[in-house]
Amino acid sequence: MDVIPKWADAILIPLISILLAFLISALVILAIGEDPVEALMLMINGTFGNSAGIGFMLFYATNYIFTGLAVAIAFHARLFNIGGEGQATLGGLGVALVCLSLPWPHWTLALPAALVGGAVFGALWALIPAYLQARRGSHIVITTIMFNFIASALMVYLLVEVLKPAGSMDPATPRFPPGASLPQMSDMLGLVGIPFSSAAPVNVSFFVALLACFLFWLLVWRTRLGYEIRAYGHSETAAEYAGISPTKIILIAMMISGGLAGCMAINNVMAAERLVLNSVEGAGFIGIAVALMGRSHPVGVLLASLLFGFLVQGGAEIDFWTNIPRELVIVIQALVILFTGALDNMVRMPLARLFLMFGRGRSGGAT
Amino acid sequence: MNDTPAIQLKGISKSFGPVQANKDISIRVMPGTIHGIIGENGAGKSTLMSILYGFYKADAGEIFISGQKTEIPDSQAAIAAGIGMVFQHFKLVENFSVLENVVLGAEDGALLRPSLAKARALLTDLAREYELSVDPDETIEELSVGHQQRVEILKALYRQADILILDEPTGVLTPSEADHLFRILKGLRDEGKTIILITHKLREIMDVTDTVSVMRRGEMTATVKTAETNPQELAELMVGRKVLLRVDKVPAQPRGDVLKVENLSVVDEDGVERLKGIDFSIQGGEILGIAGVAGNGQSELLEVLGGYRAATGSVLLNGQTIDLTGSQSDGRTRRARGIAHVPEDRQREGLILDYSAWENMVFGYHHAPEYQASSLFMDNAAIRADTEAKMQRFDVRPPLPGLAAKNFSGGNQQKIVLAREIERDPDLLLVGQPTRGVDIGAIEFIHQQIVALRDRGKAILLVSVELDEILSLADRIVVMFDGQIMGERLAHSTDERELGLLMAGVTEGAA
Repeated sequence: MDVIPKWADAILIPLISILLAFLISALVILAIGEDPVEALMLMINGTFGNSAGIGFMLFYATNYIFTGLAVAIAFHARLFNIGGEGQATLGGLGVALVCLSLPWPHWTLALPAALVGGAVFGALWALIPAYLQARRGSHIVITTIMFNFIASALMVYLLVEVLKPAGSMDPATPRFPPGASLPQMSDMLGLVGIPFSSAAPVNVSFFVALLACFLFWLLVWRTRLGYEIRAYGHSETAAEYAGISPTKIILIAMMISGGLAGCMAINNVMAAERLVLNSVEGAGFIGIAVALMGRSHPVGVLLASLLFGFLVQGGAEIDFWTNIPRELVIVIQALVILFTGALDNMVRMPLARLFLMFGRGRSGGAT
Repeated sequence: MNDTPAIQLKGISKSFGPVQANKDISIRVMPGTIHGIIGENGAGKSTLMSILYGFYKADAGEIFISGQKTEIPDSQAAIAAGIGMVFQHFKLVENFSVLENVVLGAEDGALLRPSLAKARALLTDLAREYELSVDPDETIEELSVGHQQRVEILKALYRQADILILDEPTGVLTPSEADHLFRILKGLRDEGKTIILITHKLREIMDVTDTVSVMRRGEMTATVKTAETNPQELAELMVGRKVLLRVDKVPAQPRGDVLKVENLSVVDEDGVERLKGIDFSIQGGEILGIAGVAGNGQSELLEVLGGYRAATGSVLLNGQTIDLTGSQSDGRTRRARGIAHVPEDRQREGLILDYSAWENMVFGYHHAPEYQASSLFMDNAAIRADTEAKMQRFDVRPPLPGLAAKNFSGGNQQKIVLAREIERDPDLLLVGQPTRGVDIGAIEFIHQQIVALRDRGKAILLVSVELDEILSLADRIVVMFDGQIMGERLAHSTDERELGLLMAGVTEGAA
């Protein structure tokens, strides 16, 4: 029997991990002579104090939902896809090419097309490492990391040499046609009479991300493919026994993963209305932390994405208003990743012991 | 004779969460005896020995070694107290020599040479005294399993163990190797060593022990002199009710070839020939047993027929060729052709331990139309209902489709696999080690199910390293050694000795 009940595994452990991370962050802030309580209040006020802050948080969270789901689906097949960054970069290329290819009349046409473009480019970029893993045994962790660098170099070449409009000094594509611009959250909420700041770039992609969470759940727990992916992830030998082809699962799972990462571009690239260098800004890596913290479950990924959206937005506020250096904000994020991802067992084991003691006391009382 | 017990345990209790693995266990093991501990899987034998060897800390109870109360917090303390342990899975460094393995962790100083010389002298002595001969300079990977086990025993003796614990030592041995081991153990006993033998094989207990303790569900149910008991009584003590040790079955009524295998060869990933051109056939309505020491090609044979290992040669099922390498060669197509497979290792192959019982109940058959809600989605409700019915028929306990496979006992896990495979009514059932790690009560049931399938006219290929099981369940027996078939016998006209010789690779002419 599992020692730790499901609810504690899903909620209690991440929560304690976050508290520990914040506690140590507070000590670090104290050590450089600043006030941690003030910093925390700034983060909270800067995020939840006005609708622009919330908008930015949701904008970042949208990115992380896509990359988090991307890492999560690979986790279900026990594949560690570190290439979300590169796949999202290539997804950006796909989105940009789609948006620039036609004078789109309306976003309802541009968005699905861009979604497909981003997904296909991201999926194909993940397919190469997947093929190398399935057929040649090249470790997917190594190859996906390498492909991040290749993607970034490729993007520099394309933006500087190919896609940059003639005469421009800026390594970026031309602006997308107006028909490809997505409705902002402020526009949509305005329709139902809720005022929302138009300063934040959060847009309709957020709802696409929520839909992706639901589809992810259906795929993993309701379809035959999800059944096979999870089976392969739990035991490769058992999968082979059951007639599930490892090659097929690796290729498909990684393509879904890359496709999800690529879909992120509908948020960041379409909101910027052009493709720039380093458009992904580390979201691919944060996706790893999000998937770990979210236990590869879409609800967990959603909550973890919101948390990281808050950390990034709140961090920007600290950077702006206090003497706490920008690097320290990254330290705080790193601590959260460290505690929720890597140091999971540090919280889990004492907790398991507690539950054991508690459980025994209870069963003893019952008899 | 000395009256102080070599080991005395008083009131040992140990729980893992809600599971009480050991309940208030007291036992006295006299010096210079072989003391057997027998019990079903999960009865708590291994937990008890792990406490004695310092892997687990008991929740309550005391340990006395030669009358001295002793704390054993770790294995270092156990070794210091003179306890040596030979594990079921050896703990040897494969590419080290025998000598290096023997001194490993017990070196006398920074330089190896003196320790190695001392070990070499000791090995020579022991080899002479106890038939414990092993070439000290051979590397472990070059040794047979039986010899590797001797190295484990030598390691314990080098550390001056007076008390030797052996955990299921004969699982990997041929009958003659097992006999040799027992001669060694008896020799050690006569020199005054104390030996604890953990096993689930009644025959070994009867052959070699002086005293036997029976464990059931974490409790010590009896300790008796071996000479004053019999296998039937021990089996009842283990299970807690009357059990049938023999399989009840009518003579087979073969009805023509279902499976015909010709010149089947397998070369594995390392280029080693695992099957060397074997031929055999199985008729409907008969059980063909494949006897042999583990690792002589039986696993590969099951994998080839199950569809997940490539091979050359020809395999006919009901007269139709089976694709051995091409695109039609996987578990799914084999199942569609009517081959069901209860794999040797249910935990690594046959089940996804983290999947619930209902998810496991369709594993491998998850493409079957009755389990689909649409082209994309599985019909989880139908699968659950189907699972509930199958759990009922196969008496799986607890009958909860939603419970994860890892939370069932070994016997019930095996029943899940068996229900899944047998209920599809296959033409050919491949069964590997059907009762490994399964309690006696469940063994009886599993054997009955296999015989019932045979009596419905189906062909059954049974691979087992338990000779008793092969002899009582199979109608016809072939013996495999080193990827070849050494001979074929009818189950009712052969015996353990004859099969044992074939298993050791002695050809029929020489025998």
